[in-house]
Amino acid sequence: MRKSDRFLLFLALMLALLEVARLHALHRGRDRAEEVIAMTAMARRLGLTDLSLFTDARYARHPSQADRFAPFQDHPTSLEHFPSGSLVPPPAP
Amino acid sequence: MKRPRPPPWLERQRYLLDFTLSSLGRRKGKNMALAALYTLVVFALASVLLYTQALRGEATRILEGAPDLVVQRVVAGRHDLIPGDRVERLSKIRGVQEARGRLWGYYYDASARANLTFLVPDRFWGKPGEVVIGEGVARTRLAVPGEPFPVLAADGEVVVLKVRETIPSSSELVSSDLVLLSEPDFRRLFGIPPGLFTDIALTVPNGKEVSTVAAKIRGQMPDTRPITRAEITRTYEAILDWRSGLVVLVLAAALLSFGIVAWDKASGLSADERREIGILKAIGWDTSEVLAMKVWEGAVISLSAFLAGLLLAYFHVFVTSAPLLAPVLKGWSTIYPAFRLTPALSPFIVSTLFLLTVVPYTVATVVPAWRAATTDPDEVMRS
Repeated sequence: MRKSDRFLLFLALMLALLEVARLHALHRGRDRAEEVIAMTAMARRLGLTDLSLFTDARYARHPSQADRFAPFQDHPTSLEHFPSGSLVPPPAP
Repeated sequence: MKRPRPPPWLERQRYLLDFTLSSLGRRKGKNMALAALYTLVVFALASVLLYTQALRGEATRILEGAPDLVVQRVVAGRHDLIPGDRVERLSKIRGVQEARGRLWGYYYDASARANLTFLVPDRFWGKPGEVVIGEGVARTRLAVPGEPFPVLAADGEVVVLKVRETIPSSSELVSSDLVLLSEPDFRRLFGIPPGLFTDIALTVPNGKEVSTVAAKIRGQMPDTRPITRAEITRTYEAILDWRSGLVVLVLAAALLSFGIVAWDKASGLSADERREIGILKAIGWDTSEVLAMKVWEGAVISLSAFLAGLLLAYFHVFVTSAPLLAPVLKGWSTIYPAFRLTPALSPFIVSTLFLLTVVPYTVATVVPAWRAATTDPDEVMRS
């Protein structure tokens, strides 16, 4: 087999795997849709405003409800020190 | 039967590709290392892109259930409890269908070293003295339905509540650290007198009126801060913006170093490569053929690395739930939700990655080759 054939075969295999990934995304997306609908309903029922993603700091748990200066409020000159602070910027004005 | 011959142009490209692959094979170690590094960079970048895009999509869909408007009271620049009489005043604003005082707060659980969110649902289905807990809380406190749930109240007394049930784990993304309880228990635990609420949630059925209602509230109650659902969603878009955050900072450094290595490798031709171009020109290859060979060289490495990196990233994020990214997102959280994301492989992400990785590398390979290929072969070989 020519080297170019082997490479083109490799490319075709990769593209086929990419298509498998796309189909997997479609299939799993349908399964997951029900769970997301249930979570939306729960957010509506309980009046939730935030995801429970970052629970280490108060201002990171509910970033949409936090004061703008929340990361710096523990004492006047303190700098924000939780790792989540690298991902959760202070709320925009 | 004689097989039909492919068009001459295609056949020519295949010969060029054969030659390119042999040429790459002569510097196997170097090229394999470069392809591996390239794959790793695409994998890291694609993992962050796929993860944040999926999480942003999830946040947007879930937060469609968030209140239309939340009104906080601000005293001396800090969020403060809001008096109950405001509930009625707010419900009288035109466009507001319903106003409801919300009670929620944080509780630092010293035994689990975790921050829990205590929340009073609108219609709590348990009895006073009972709590409904999120899966993360159950995991951290090893609590099961029917067991006692001791909590240290604001007055220093330990109040023993009972676990009624746990919230299904499929909704952990919103409920992992939640403790749902009745209003009297909440007020007793946190020492909040009746008639005061954490904030007020408003229902505004007409989405177009939300900003007008918010402006009216600011005018009528200057000590409040209305937060619209659009602002809540925007907050998550900002957090999960792939350009912001620690991961991308680290990645940017890695990307830059890779860029330097790749640029150096691709743009500076080695003496061997220059001699090769010189010989090819001397034996009759023309400039366009040399360039086509170099385009193939760039494409072979970058396309392979792009596809392998993208597939690995998809597997990492959506099949194994991104174990390499979780520690960064987890931070110091004791309670971290176990969740699966809705997989998405959008054409936007794929084309962005393609443009960021494949195109620059291929261009960087071609430019110096073009310079060498347009010079006199004798001069190229001697230099």
